[in-house]
Amino acid sequence: MKKRKERIDRGIKVRSEDVFALTSYRELLYLTAPRLLPVFGLLILVPLSPPYWQEIFISTAVYALLAISWDILVSVGLISLGQSLFYGVGSYVAGALNHYCGLPPVLTIPIATVTGAAICTIALLPVLRLRGIYFSMVTLVLPLMILRLVEATRILGGTEGLTGLSPFPNQITAMYLANCCLLVALFGFRRLMDSDYGLIIRGISDNDRSVMSAGINIHWYKTQILFLGGTVGCFAGAFGTHHDMFAGMPGFALDYSIMPIAAAVVGGTGTFAGSLLGAFILVPLSEILRALGALRIVFYGLFLVVFVVGLPEGLFHYIRRKYHQFERWVEVE
Amino acid sequence: MLLGTLVYGFVNSCILALVAMGFNLTFGISGVANFSYGAIYIFSGFTAWIFLNSIGFPYIICVIISIGLSATLGILIYHFVIKRVKGLALSEVMATFGLGLAIMELFRYFDFVGFKYTLPNIVEGSVAIGDVYLDYQRIAVVFIATALTAFIYLFTHHTKTGLAFRAIAQDERTALTFGIDSDRIGALSMGFGSALAATAAIVVLPMGTIAVEGGYDVLLNALAVCIVGGLGSTVGILFASVLIGFAQTFTANYLEPHWMMLVSLIAIAVVLCVKPSGIFGHQKELEERI
Repeated sequence: MKKRKERIDRGIKVRSEDVFALTSYRELLYLTAPRLLPVFGLLILVPLSPPYWQEIFISTAVYALLAISWDILVSVGLISLGQSLFYGVGSYVAGALNHYCGLPPVLTIPIATVTGAAICTIALLPVLRLRGIYFSMVTLVLPLMILRLVEATRILGGTEGLTGLSPFPNQITAMYLANCCLLVALFGFRRLMDSDYGLIIRGISDNDRSVMSAGINIHWYKTQILFLGGTVGCFAGAFGTHHDMFAGMPGFALDYSIMPIAAAVVGGTGTFAGSLLGAFILVPLSEILRALGALRIVFYGLFLVVFVVGLPEGLFHYIRRKYHQFERWVEVE
Repeated sequence: MLLGTLVYGFVNSCILALVAMGFNLTFGISGVANFSYGAIYIFSGFTAWIFLNSIGFPYIICVIISIGLSATLGILIYHFVIKRVKGLALSEVMATFGLGLAIMELFRYFDFVGFKYTLPNIVEGSVAIGDVYLDYQRIAVVFIATALTAFIYLFTHHTKTGLAFRAIAQDERTALTFGIDSDRIGALSMGFGSALAATAAIVVLPMGTIAVEGGYDVLLNALAVCIVGGLGSTVGILFASVLIGFAQTFTANYLEPHWMMLVSLIAIAVVLCVKPSGIFGHQKELEERI
């Protein structure tokens, strides 16, 4: 007798799907708990951790922001292999404004976020029509190109980079800034994807030609999403550069490209929460593995392979399925 | 100066063609994304070095072992990674890129860094052309590159296996109806491409040291040549190698060596912007841009 697994929605999920959720605390908790968990974790738990771990969680937040920015680009079908472009541009804009014009971080970070995103959008505009792997290859090449350009022309401090930038007043300020922006990006993008706008975005990634035939200018939407993703990535760069008090070539390095992708793939793409989860697993893990030195990149690479091949849906989708549904064995008819 | 630049530009073109050949066979001709190409390249260099210096085999045996191991590695990567995500182009890219990264950084971790990691020349000595000195190794590169290009062209146009390589990239379903086992051919193509990468490594690496960074540069150069020339076109590869090879040598000699790598990167970006299928490419236009 053959059996197969059947998945059925939990009763509580069905009950809490409409306004009747308000009638019971249990249903309310079922709905709010997963949403309050990251808020609670990022705003209360993380700042209470010891100073050494606070430092790690700040860099985790930077990677999580880059992963979320990667995820929003993926939801419109643009798969970037060079998130370090956004990080590097954001960090250099903020760094240059601070280093040459002496602007404080309060001004440089917002300016770098917007102008950086605009620069990246304009830089990628000519290749926005490319699909799939062709777009990925351009994004892979672009940060490397800028890297060599900085090295060859010695602009913006050349190989030395810009040092001695203004830091944040204290660690708690930096932490709350990063974590609040992370939460805004996470919930904002989730809300966006649930709206009609998000429907178009998902439509473009599923079948761009049929969205075009519906009379929608997909290039304009792609540009908008590129800009949105760029703001998040450039913010991460501007924030990171002030936190490290340094803007330089490492900003365009492979680290900032491979890590966010690994985080998003491990966590699960398309939900943004998956990227957050992935970053909060991978970065602290790599910190624990710090003693291994260069082996860390080996681990990222292997993680990427194992998850792309073995669990392509990612952890978050798996957890969500378990949360919403239960499974049982039934006979095959 | 000009004669030297021309001669070395020609040699550089041949190096590029040699390095890109395996990548072209796997990615361009059979459509299997092999972004661990750079890793396989340095893998073969280091295995040859290990067998030569740590175990002390004769060089020719080391070369054969290294080529064999690289081909095996390629086939294993196909079976355990690419086959499982076949058809999802970007998963293929990410998985193989991640794997390549892991292999290359593993060599760095085991401290394979330094000037002692060099392979011996195939032939020693040098010859003077006018007032330009050219060593025999570079002349060997020119001959091997020419021979391999001719071989690949004949192989992919006049043998059954070679035609099957092209068939699975053009239309996998139709290829299946003709009795072509696309997994077997894909694995073969991967193994063959890796063996070519190993050959390129054995021939090219004696002119410098074996370095992990070399793997990234090789992948970028191969990518540049394949994209500029057009995926799946052997003639395109030749043309693109000559174009990029001379451009690189001229920039290195008349501007600065720093700019050399920039040439391939700019070439990739420009060609992808203007004509994504490359100068000689004639693949499906709608699949690459809209």
